[in-house]
Amino acid sequence: MGAFVKEVKKNKALFVMLAPAVIFVIIFAYLPMSGLVLAFKNYRYDRGVFGSDWNGVENFRFLFASGTGWLITKNTIVYNMMNLITSQALAIIIAVSITEIKKKLFKKISQSIVFLPYFISWVIVGTFVFAIFNYETGLINNLLKAAGRDPINFYGVPGVWKYIIMIFNAWKWSGYNSIIYIAAITGVDAEIYDAASIDGATIFQRIRYVTLPCIRPTLITMILLNVGRILRGDFEMFYQIVGNNGQLYNATDVIDTYVFRSLLQSSNIGMSAAAAFYQSVLCFIIIVTVNGIVKKIDCDYALF
Amino acid sequence: MKMITTGSETKIKLSFSSRLFYVICYTFITLMALICLIPFIVLISGSFTSENYIRFHGYSVLIHDFSTKAYGLIFKNPVMVLKAYGVSVGITLVGTFLGLILTTVTAYVLSRKDFKYRNVFSFFFYFTTLFNGGMVSTYIYYIQYLHLKDSIWALIFPGLFNVFYLLIMRSFVQALPYALVESAKIDGAGEFVILFRIILPLLKSGMATIGLFLALGYWNDWYNAMLYINTSDKYPLQYMLYNLLQQSQAIARIASQSGIVMADIPSNSLKMAMTVVATGPIILVYPFVQKYFVKGVTVGSVKG
Repeated sequence: MGAFVKEVKKNKALFVMLAPAVIFVIIFAYLPMSGLVLAFKNYRYDRGVFGSDWNGVENFRFLFASGTGWLITKNTIVYNMMNLITSQALAIIIAVSITEIKKKLFKKISQSIVFLPYFISWVIVGTFVFAIFNYETGLINNLLKAAGRDPINFYGVPGVWKYIIMIFNAWKWSGYNSIIYIAAITGVDAEIYDAASIDGATIFQRIRYVTLPCIRPTLITMILLNVGRILRGDFEMFYQIVGNNGQLYNATDVIDTYVFRSLLQSSNIGMSAAAAFYQSVLCFIIIVTVNGIVKKIDCDYALF
Repeated sequence: MKMITTGSETKIKLSFSSRLFYVICYTFITLMALICLIPFIVLISGSFTSENYIRFHGYSVLIHDFSTKAYGLIFKNPVMVLKAYGVSVGITLVGTFLGLILTTVTAYVLSRKDFKYRNVFSFFFYFTTLFNGGMVSTYIYYIQYLHLKDSIWALIFPGLFNVFYLLIMRSFVQALPYALVESAKIDGAGEFVILFRIILPLLKSGMATIGLFLALGYWNDWYNAMLYINTSDKYPLQYMLYNLLQQSQAIARIASQSGIVMADIPSNSLKMAMTVVATGPIILVYPFVQKYFVKGVTVGSVKG
């Protein structure tokens, strides 16, 4: 403590500069954590978070006894795994292709176009989904009708939404992720490429034995970051693509959409607090564990 | 003699395999670019197609039966759109400005090598990305303890300070030669003079990058408005758009179920036109600001 006071005296100005951010983070990130106790309480607005009665693990019992807890956990994990694999794989293929392209203008324009979806809000992506998949006026049904086939009511077939969500997730993020991989590839020492071509490596061999091994650290970091978020669904994406179509909930409900609905639409604070608590705590345990394991295997790959 | 033959043979083989590779490469990237563009094209075409055509033939890639009726309707009564634009511009400007100052100053302090507790404070900030209170705690805390329900600040605070941007900014500061600070100190400059007169002018590109990330986040935000804003006068653009889409979808659903013909509302083309109006600014500035985002993503991907 004495050392801290001494440091404050020495670097008074630096502490003054740091203070706003520290206060901000305490108010907007650390203090809200205390609200996690709501998971064990029967919340009443008039009594507030701390005045409400405790009810033990009742909220959790309700959440899991109804089967909802398991369903939303399973959905969240399955969606995140699928999205991780597809968007990273696509990003790597895009990055390798773009870096191999020699025509500068083509390279620049195509890179700009695949990055564009990142800039669009999910509300607008939601409009796209509507314009493409709706029953009466959707682009796909329009094409089906033109080909003399019967239109499909996509909103009545929960099974296809897994793929629609996966496709739009890849659509939105592949360009963004590919930039990370392009940076990794362009960071590779040019001498290695020269050596490979002197040794007579074909383009495929060069990619297989030089480019791909060089982006492995980046890929591992991306996987780690995503594993740490495996229980967090991208609320904005699910909410905008699926919306309030109750028929699709079993197939598309993730923890975040469930928490949101229970909180704001059915006002079931206890259950949503239980789900949110379970998500926050488990996420934290997963990321710390995975990072610890990675640290043991190879220190360089650890996140923190 | 033999050696030359082998040499030329490998050369022909190599050029064939690379030609094949380039054909695949260019085709793939062109295809990806098209997939990224098609939704935008459907959107724009839909906004310029007459309501009658959409009702019978659906949305399509090309413009059929050109009409500007949907835009006419928006601009005939522009109050709602202008208000929402005003709110979005306002929160984007204020949020970006405050967030940028907070991020830059904090990043500067955390990169000062003579600041003994920089790692402690870095972890203090980083921890909030590993563990947080979740949606329920945050929501109740904002409403009951910070009294932010229906306040415009509820749209500004949540995005103001992002630890990921802090880390990117810190990388930008660390790229500056540290001797700058030391020599200024020897010359007797105070801490604030060093920061504002010496460091900030050199951080223009870093500040442009983070400022644009912040601005994009504010411009595309609808989620916080959905949680906290009740008065439609305070709706930002994206949330107003979302509401409009929901309402007209709801109207269309009711109409189709009860057999009412909604002849007079060009709801299908109106949806697309509104989306174009909301996306327009981003598409217009995109070519000019893209490079900063590429830079930010690249810097952010280098682990620091």
